[in-house]
Amino acid sequence: MSASDIDHQIMWNRLIAVVEEQATTLIRTAFSTSVREAGDLSAGLFDREGRMIAQAVTGTPGHVNAMAESVTHFTAQIGPQNTFDGDVFITNDPWLGTGHLHDITVVTPVFRKGAHIGYFACTAHVVDIGGRGFGPDGNEVFEEGLLIPITKFAERGQVQPLLIEMIRANVRTPDQTVGDMYSLAACNEAGDRRLQAMMDEFDIDDLQSLSDFVIETSRKATLEAIAKVPSGTYHETMQVDGYDAPVHMEVTLSVDGDQLLADFAGTSGMSRFGVNCPEVYTRAYACYALKCAIAPEVPNNTGSLEPFRITAPEGSILAAKRPAPVSVRHVMGHLVPDVVLGALHKALPDTVPAEGASALWNIQISARASDPESGLPNREVLMFNSGGTGARPAFDGLSATAFPSGVSTMSVEATEHVGPITVWRKDLREGSGGAGALRGGLGQTIEIEPREGYDFYFNAMFDRVDNPARGRNGGLAGGSGAVELSDGSKLRAKGRQLVKNGQRLRLSLPGGGGYGAPEQRDRDAVADDLAAGFISTEQAKQDYGFEG
Amino acid sequence: MNNSKIRVGVDIGGTFTDVALQHPSGLSTCKVLTNYSQPEQAILDGIVKAAEQAGVALGDIGQVIHGTTLVTNSLIERRGARTAFITTEGFRDVVEMRSENRFEQYDLNLNLPKPLVPRQDRFTLNERMGPDGEVLLALDLSEVNAMVDRIKAGGFEAVAIGLIHAYANDAHEVAMGEALRKAMPDLSISLSSVISPQMRELPRFNTVIANAYVQPQVADYLGRLVVRLRDTRVTAPVFMLHSGGGLISIETAAEQPVRLLESGPAGGAIFAADFARAHGLDKVLSFDMGGTTAKICLIEDGAPKTANTFEVARTYRFKKGSGMTVSTPVVEMVEIGAGGGSIASVDSMGRLQVGPRSAASEPGPACYGRGGTEPTVTDANLLLGRLDPDNFAGGAIPLHTAESEKAATKLNLSAGDAAFGITELVDENMANAARVHTVENGRDIEHFTMIAFGGGAPLHACRQCEKLGIKALIIPPGAGVGSAIGFLKAPFSFEATRGLFQRLDDFDAGAVNAALIEMEAEARAFVDEGAKGAETEIRLTAQMRYSGQGWEIPVVLPHKQFEDSDVSLILKAFEGAYRTLFGRIIDGLAVEITNWLLIVSTVLPDAEPVVIHNSGTDAEVARTREFFDAALRKSVEAREVQRTSMAPGKAVEGPAIIVESETSTVVTSGYRAVGQGDGSLLLLAKEA
Repeated sequence: MSASDIDHQIMWNRLIAVVEEQATTLIRTAFSTSVREAGDLSAGLFDREGRMIAQAVTGTPGHVNAMAESVTHFTAQIGPQNTFDGDVFITNDPWLGTGHLHDITVVTPVFRKGAHIGYFACTAHVVDIGGRGFGPDGNEVFEEGLLIPITKFAERGQVQPLLIEMIRANVRTPDQTVGDMYSLAACNEAGDRRLQAMMDEFDIDDLQSLSDFVIETSRKATLEAIAKVPSGTYHETMQVDGYDAPVHMEVTLSVDGDQLLADFAGTSGMSRFGVNCPEVYTRAYACYALKCAIAPEVPNNTGSLEPFRITAPEGSILAAKRPAPVSVRHVMGHLVPDVVLGALHKALPDTVPAEGASALWNIQISARASDPESGLPNREVLMFNSGGTGARPAFDGLSATAFPSGVSTMSVEATEHVGPITVWRKDLREGSGGAGALRGGLGQTIEIEPREGYDFYFNAMFDRVDNPARGRNGGLAGGSGAVELSDGSKLRAKGRQLVKNGQRLRLSLPGGGGYGAPEQRDRDAVADDLAAGFISTEQAKQDYGFEG
Repeated sequence: MNNSKIRVGVDIGGTFTDVALQHPSGLSTCKVLTNYSQPEQAILDGIVKAAEQAGVALGDIGQVIHGTTLVTNSLIERRGARTAFITTEGFRDVVEMRSENRFEQYDLNLNLPKPLVPRQDRFTLNERMGPDGEVLLALDLSEVNAMVDRIKAGGFEAVAIGLIHAYANDAHEVAMGEALRKAMPDLSISLSSVISPQMRELPRFNTVIANAYVQPQVADYLGRLVVRLRDTRVTAPVFMLHSGGGLISIETAAEQPVRLLESGPAGGAIFAADFARAHGLDKVLSFDMGGTTAKICLIEDGAPKTANTFEVARTYRFKKGSGMTVSTPVVEMVEIGAGGGSIASVDSMGRLQVGPRSAASEPGPACYGRGGTEPTVTDANLLLGRLDPDNFAGGAIPLHTAESEKAATKLNLSAGDAAFGITELVDENMANAARVHTVENGRDIEHFTMIAFGGGAPLHACRQCEKLGIKALIIPPGAGVGSAIGFLKAPFSFEATRGLFQRLDDFDAGAVNAALIEMEAEARAFVDEGAKGAETEIRLTAQMRYSGQGWEIPVVLPHKQFEDSDVSLILKAFEGAYRTLFGRIIDGLAVEITNWLLIVSTVLPDAEPVVIHNSGTDAEVARTREFFDAALRKSVEAREVQRTSMAPGKAVEGPAIIVESETSTVVTSGYRAVGQGDGSLLLLAKEA
């Protein structure tokens, strides 16, 4: 390390602060609930060649390298000769952005003293993009809303009026959707201001040497980390519920020295419904999982992401072809880390967790007057809920906690002010953590009833009902999910269903898998679980051989 | 009350107990070591010492004002009472499930903090209120009685009661609480509808549990303190500084100790606010840097910025989300793991990192020569010539440059480069935190003045200002005991809160007015305990948002009798606040109010204005010495000036070092320092 390296490091730290500020600006100004509550956004700085130098750590791994790749599409399509100071580029193409139409990516070229030196880019989930609205029911992407190809939102500082009119005319929430596009552009501007100030302070006019330093330092650290994974070929398969039919996921992980390739050959074909993932989104989640296990401390940039090579056969559910529907690609995407970590486990025993609930149990509730004549207004309520994570080699799984997503739940009291529902229960689901030397995290139980005068519809997109999270090394599976009424009558885990006034919907969220044989569990830990009611007396006896 | 002109402020910190005694002829301060087993002993020792210095008889002290980190420590160290939690059936695990997310995205081995009350001690009642306070499921008396038996059998010292929507209707909480009190008069009982009557179950439950958990100990300690003070002939009433920066009676503090969590740091912010008022500054960033942490606070129009919730007891040091969110009025501060003791290391990518690990006071930085071997920020400052090895802490601690050099070489750099790298990184981290905080509040940091105090701040503040583009910096005198002095400048105040959810399109002025009358009476009663008859002011804030948004913004409103037609006034205030924070408003969306906050506060006397000297005649230069100027990336020949030589109107051009026994103020090449009438130093950017 030399003194100039110290300057590079200080600037690197500053760049990370700059992109965090860029992201903060966006979180605070976006309209979409999932941006504000779930951090469903990303923000980053790129060099002139479209290589990502820094990215803010936000709540969505789904954007990890999706956005990193997207800037290269912009540079290729628009070209340096058409890139001007004051330009703002935009797209929501699922295959060139971050996987569905609701995610808008905005890229702003950075100029300094007349020279084009890099780009700021950011992505956020907008409230509405037209079409059928957010849901899996479209059979082609055309039904899912307006697709904005890579184009200029603004040229030399002038916003394109026709584009704005087209968007406004095609979405349900024109003020909010277009407002968010301005927010995205503004957050890039905030980043630009900070970057210019830093370049003034350090008296540099170009990012190239800094970019090389950041990317090569990160690449070297990542390759060194990969080299510590024993070379070989590791295979894993996993079946999940899917939407209309079970989905078979399959991955082959090849490690050769510091080279790594994850190939999803063998994975099921596309669904007729919008749970398909464009490959970019699969890569994002697969890469996230690998990075967590292999090189978690290396900041995200092109150097730390590129060494994780990931591919899926075109036309599979994990590399959907145009014009497949992709609106709710997150359900499958959230399950990708489980199968990837399963393969990695064979290379690196005692490193990765068992499988977890993984896919969020988001529930969109549409409350409607039981008597249409009553004049009661329609209300929409969105809740984010998480099951249990898989047990880790040294720790129990986390109960009712999102992984791989970084979503937060909302307060029940606040939710009951939003819509006419009563949440009678939202607590840990006893006995749902997979038994093991280390126990899987518990799922949760949620009971929801329409308030007086209302029924409600809910859109089910729940996985791990038929295929629970598997344990590792002799650990047992976590509890399966269940969707039913509180009287025990079964409901479907997918699709729109009605809960009438007087009925209660009960969701039992899946638990995480256990790690290691349950008999190996520390006896005090079993006793503690029993005392806390995390497991029942019967489970203690049956699963753990615990007599007290 | 006896001679109320003489007042004493006492701040119990982790290492030192600071005392500041204000008397007609000035201020007397001292520091004594904190006594962990008997914290009140250090207070007595300190007061006696300060009174002797000032020549004041103990019996003449008119007021004792106290603040402490002990409550926070008790939460962090989990040394509280054996506590039971009673809640609504179906919500037993709110405090365990938290927000259902992970605060560290890439750590597969992340663990979440365990709740203060384990699951087997969390009990439920079959009852339920609706969001507007309507009873959805009535409380069954036989269940209440069974619960009383259960608590009795469990041998609990404290009980927290937190029921769903109790902020809207407290009847069930009150009934349960009364049944317990009747059966067990000595049991400590805390109700969420009293401690934090606001919407959102997680922070409200956390708050009531934290209160119950620390209550028996705090009540016991405060009781002992009063007795011991009286035995030492200090008969003055004792008041406590609450986290929101005001004073409350010791009785209220013993009932609601959760209000004391941030009382020490709040004192520091008030200290800075007092200087802000005296200097006529309406936009100030206070920067307090000690041995292990740095704290940043915005002070606007002479008052520290306050918030309604904050996170206590972070388990991953200083990581947002790793602690417990409680809702209680608090001076809003950003705390980062950067201090003189912060340790530098090299990460897996060969990058230099500083903190949050700290060498603390034992063994301390390597240069203390007490066995510390890892390089710290203090070692770096020594190597860069910013500290004088022979005159640290007034010469009390001789510094060993050779030890610092040895430690620095562990970083695979020359000692000089390492020292530059360490200080520059720690300055960078602090500056970034300050910048993010101002951005989050919709402010532009360049327009702020910095007020820096705490042992480490004067060494780093000028460089921070360079990085942040801040043109003016004030280093007040007495900065080592800033919090204790701040206690003496605090008003009596109490904030009452109410969850009262309304959409503006069906704003019910009657309901709001009824709540405000209750809140004012509640807050005034607490203020009257310490300042009956004093002139007071009322500050009213509504927490508002656009319908569908997840979080509210505070909107200051006039305190008045509202009419239904005031909707436009409220909307205008909301839009103004929203625009300040986010730069624009959203047309066509409904607006909601969730919670109301009402503060009754005594009116502070006008600060005595300070005559500002922007330039002056040359101060006497003791000698010259070299230090490393980070902005210039080179060593410079600096003038060394004694702080005592910086009389009002005396100035020195940077590069300079102004030395005093507690610390040194670094004036970089881009700034000049001017002595002020109140003993503070004003550093101004030369080109400004």
